[in-house]
Amino acid sequence: MSHATHVPHRRTVSDPRAAPAAPPRARRRPGSQQWAAWAFLTPVTLYLALFYAYPLYRNLDLSLRNYTVRSFVRGDAPFTGLANYRTVLDDPTFAPALVHTVVFTAVCLFFQYAIGLALAVFFNQHFRLSATLRALFLVPWLLPLIVSASTWSWMLNSDSGVVNSALHAVGIDPVNWLTSPSWSLTSVIIANIWIGVPFNLVVLYSGLQSIPAGLYEAAALDGAGAWRRFWSITFPLLRPVSAITLLLGLVYTLKVFDIIWIMTRGGPADSSTTFATWSYQLGFGNLLPAFGPGAAVGNLLVVAALVFGLVYVRAQRKQALT
Amino acid sequence: MMRSRERTWGKTTIGLLLTAIMLFPVYWMVNVSFTRDQDMRKSPPDLFPFHGTLTGYRTVLDEQLPYLGTSLVIGLGTVVLTVALSAPAGYALAKLRPRGGGVLSFLLLAAQMIPGIIMAMGFYAIYLQLGLLQSVPGLVVADSTLAVPFAVLIFTAFMSGIPGELLQAAKTDGAGPLRTFWSVVLPMSRNAVVTVSLFAFLWSWSDFVFASTLAGGGAHKPITLGIYHYIGNNNQEWNAIMATAVVASLPAAVILVLAQRYVAAGVTAGAVKD
Repeated sequence: MSHATHVPHRRTVSDPRAAPAAPPRARRRPGSQQWAAWAFLTPVTLYLALFYAYPLYRNLDLSLRNYTVRSFVRGDAPFTGLANYRTVLDDPTFAPALVHTVVFTAVCLFFQYAIGLALAVFFNQHFRLSATLRALFLVPWLLPLIVSASTWSWMLNSDSGVVNSALHAVGIDPVNWLTSPSWSLTSVIIANIWIGVPFNLVVLYSGLQSIPAGLYEAAALDGAGAWRRFWSITFPLLRPVSAITLLLGLVYTLKVFDIIWIMTRGGPADSSTTFATWSYQLGFGNLLPAFGPGAAVGNLLVVAALVFGLVYVRAQRKQALT
Repeated sequence: MMRSRERTWGKTTIGLLLTAIMLFPVYWMVNVSFTRDQDMRKSPPDLFPFHGTLTGYRTVLDEQLPYLGTSLVIGLGTVVLTVALSAPAGYALAKLRPRGGGVLSFLLLAAQMIPGIIMAMGFYAIYLQLGLLQSVPGLVVADSTLAVPFAVLIFTAFMSGIPGELLQAAKTDGAGPLRTFWSVVLPMSRNAVVTVSLFAFLWSWSDFVFASTLAGGGAHKPITLGIYHYIGNNNQEWNAIMATAVVASLPAAVILVLAQRYVAAGVTAGAVKD
């Protein structure tokens, strides 16, 4: 039972794309090995084609045709080009959904990152029980989203929620967290920040581990205080890890659907609708499904996610080079 | 000496306080799950279930047990499918240097960026035609899309660390690629298998998007849908809802206790490099 092999070595985990290219280029790749390699890769390649590419294609197809429930089953919907996209852009929900998506993503990212970083720096001080407590911080991230979302729903309940009763105790009037249009977006943001902090904490903490302790000792000898040491050592040296964390967080936050749908269903009156919930609402949330426009909204989301995904890949590659 | 010890305890106290704040919602879930119906809307609410009741849990056993079973089956199916697909792929990408491997890795990375709701809509259209809606195999396949790209990444990373000499020795002994993979590489990658299985199970167990789009209304409902419909149907019995939530969280708790280091390794795997 050797502990050395338990966790994949972080250096090797870093960039799978670099792995095949890492051995010397000059060595020729024997033909039989190529056959074997692709034999091992065939299942996953077929899988990608069948279960990623094809659903995506079907989704694109949905967005370009005028589907009704009937033609959905029979598969003879007329081709309508970009009509669904035009419908979506002209929809009065479009502007609020866009604003909510941007606000939700930006605010969640900022607080998840800031709180995660503060906690990572705190736990990096290695006090008694720090490892155990850090592990406990993972709990919100591991819980099924339906569990977190329904717990938050009950905590934020207007009449019997513990949050309002705590506010009452300090003399603040009760807030209609989930039922008032001016608070619903805030409520889902709070719940989502709670869920996202652990991921930021763990990733940033492992980033902190790679900053040499000697730097801090030298800075302390030079008389730099804790605050100064954070801003001139920790923060700049953590920049690459921060960039990756934020980009991944961005891609994940853009797709958040469960939390919002379970807590508010995007309501009341679309006050917490984002592109993800709007897409679901159009496709599955009504008695008369609007698959075409729903797929169109979804595809806009895919484009956004892929753009940021490409930025992420580039950032990671750049980091691999330095 | 004395001083520094006091300071560590000071930090431990702050740490305990922060953890308590962070985990308060989890505590509240447990607290509410034991609360009696008549105390549910009390103001202020009891911070501790003084008059604890097990009614909520009895309801879980009566009504939610089949859903828990469905989720377990789907979770295990997802684990098997994910490992079977991604372990060979990881081996090929890490050790056999296939032409076009870089492109494939990139596609896998891009696949992770696709929002689940878009995949769900595509799957819905396909399953409707194939008659796979509300079926367990359908959900297993859909749920595995949550884990496969990540799993290939983990396997590739892990298997890159296996020394080439070992594989060379196996080859010298006359083992073909399949034999090498099965008898040398796979046994050595036990930890990667554990990490991948944990995440595949957890993600499948927690999945709500695919469950609600592909399994709604069917006989084989996973537990996430069970809770969701429960909330929709009666928003009075919150102790039963929270009891179900507690039970649904058990896999996460077990995994955290038994395999915390695998979890941390998995979280950081995709994101961090040094």
